[in-house]
Amino acid sequence: MRRVAIVGAAMTKFGEEWERGFREMIAEAGVKAIEDANMSGKEIDAIYGGTMAAGRLIGQEHITALIADYMGLNPIPATRVEAACASGGVALRTGYLAVASGLHDVVVVGGVEKMTDVPVGDATVALGGAGDQEWELFMGATFPALYALMARRHMHEFGTTEEQMAMVAVKNHYNASKNPYAHFQKRITVRDVMKSRKVASPLKLFDCSPITDGAAAVILAPLEKAGKYTDTPVEIIASAQASDTLALHHRKSLTTLNATVEAARKAYGMAKMKPNDIDVCEVHDCFTIAEIIAYEDLGFFKKGKGGKAIEDGETALDGRIPVNTSGGLKGCGHPVGATGVKQAVEITWQLRGEAKDRQVKGAEVGMTHNVGGSGATCVIHIMRRAD
Amino acid sequence: MSSQTVGLPLAWRRIPERYGLIGSECQNCKTKYFPVRKICPNCRRKGRMREVRFSGRGKIYSYTVVHAPPTGFELDAPYIIAIVELEEGPKLTTQIVDCDAEDVRIGAPVRMIFRRIQEDGKEGLLHYGFKFTVVK
Repeated sequence: MRRVAIVGAAMTKFGEEWERGFREMIAEAGVKAIEDANMSGKEIDAIYGGTMAAGRLIGQEHITALIADYMGLNPIPATRVEAACASGGVALRTGYLAVASGLHDVVVVGGVEKMTDVPVGDATVALGGAGDQEWELFMGATFPALYALMARRHMHEFGTTEEQMAMVAVKNHYNASKNPYAHFQKRITVRDVMKSRKVASPLKLFDCSPITDGAAAVILAPLEKAGKYTDTPVEIIASAQASDTLALHHRKSLTTLNATVEAARKAYGMAKMKPNDIDVCEVHDCFTIAEIIAYEDLGFFKKGKGGKAIEDGETALDGRIPVNTSGGLKGCGHPVGATGVKQAVEITWQLRGEAKDRQVKGAEVGMTHNVGGSGATCVIHIMRRAD
Repeated sequence: MSSQTVGLPLAWRRIPERYGLIGSECQNCKTKYFPVRKICPNCRRKGRMREVRFSGRGKIYSYTVVHAPPTGFELDAPYIIAIVELEEGPKLTTQIVDCDAEDVRIGAPVRMIFRRIQEDGKEGLLHYGFKFTVVK
């Protein structure tokens, strides 16, 4: 296995981008990433694209052929990767494996979702495909409902409060206000969250990540050749993935995602690191409770102590382990297939020292945590600056 | 677009499970599953599955009130979605209906009832199956 580095990273502005479509967004992110890597495009050997629900959201399948076409990269191979909300992270891992194996030298990994071309109810239905259609969604469960079931159990077992969940949204909106690419630029208060309309109790509108359009891309190359393209390579020192039951109700516990625990164990082992070696982390906060559970499952805090951690500011920009400096899914937005790649873009910027107002001082090691569905897939990467 | 693309054959295949709470039991490790599984995740090749019918009694493991419904469930909202733990062990996702909201809490005893779940538009299939209600 060869060592692999990220040598280029870019994303589009996330938001309700009515003036731009799927094609325009992925082409923009891809071309900017290629420029960021000081490449012409001729160097690229393959494309891996993460998207979850293009078929239902824009009526288009075969999207990596479209991406190769619109980025002017034919005839190199282009492969779609789908793992619901973890599509981007699993695409990154697939690209990593292709370079690490020696099969390809330089690959572009893209993630994209165009979600606002359909009514919100239809987008909700499309996202429902990440769960068990026949035994969860058929009964009337929505994605917020599944995470609400987790939140209720977390409150029941550990005394986690709605206010603590609200604090996750407040922190992530604050971080997003410092990120020009973020969907939301406005800061909010705990009171705003508590007053927002009910979606699936105890979750309210501001506990939920939004429906967002966007794309992100990174360029991967062997670490030994990274110097040809950039002075600030970021090495991927661990890539790990795990699976769990598709339906939430088949799990022994609703307050832990076993796929996260398993992927984290493998990732820490591969990187020869421990949770307190991580300087900055992007976690999958599709709902506020998901960030609290992630703190615990990733080993940053003991099980049941995640609510206290956010309350004590441990994960704020100036906290012990800053989490979701980009604004996370909650503040930066959640174009489903793009999210896992966007997390890698944010960590790359943080480790290069290019995150401006939201820069974590002296960040050397970063982590991305990308979850599919209610936790049936989890993919984790650990990255280190390699200049 | 309804909550899923439901064809007639799919609805027909699911009748035993959705109408009668038919699941599986592994003869090797005695674990029970709902819905039916052909392979025991514990025993894999050593497992031998047979069909079992669940009693329909259980208790609420977790619940939520859905205020923002998916397409097709607008007229039902707000409604209660719960994970119910059957007395035989397996858990399932279901609606809790025909009871006072204040009776719905973690640990509350529930029993299965038979209800209409959803319909495929005005002229499509009517889908029936289990919901649960709190036992007083």
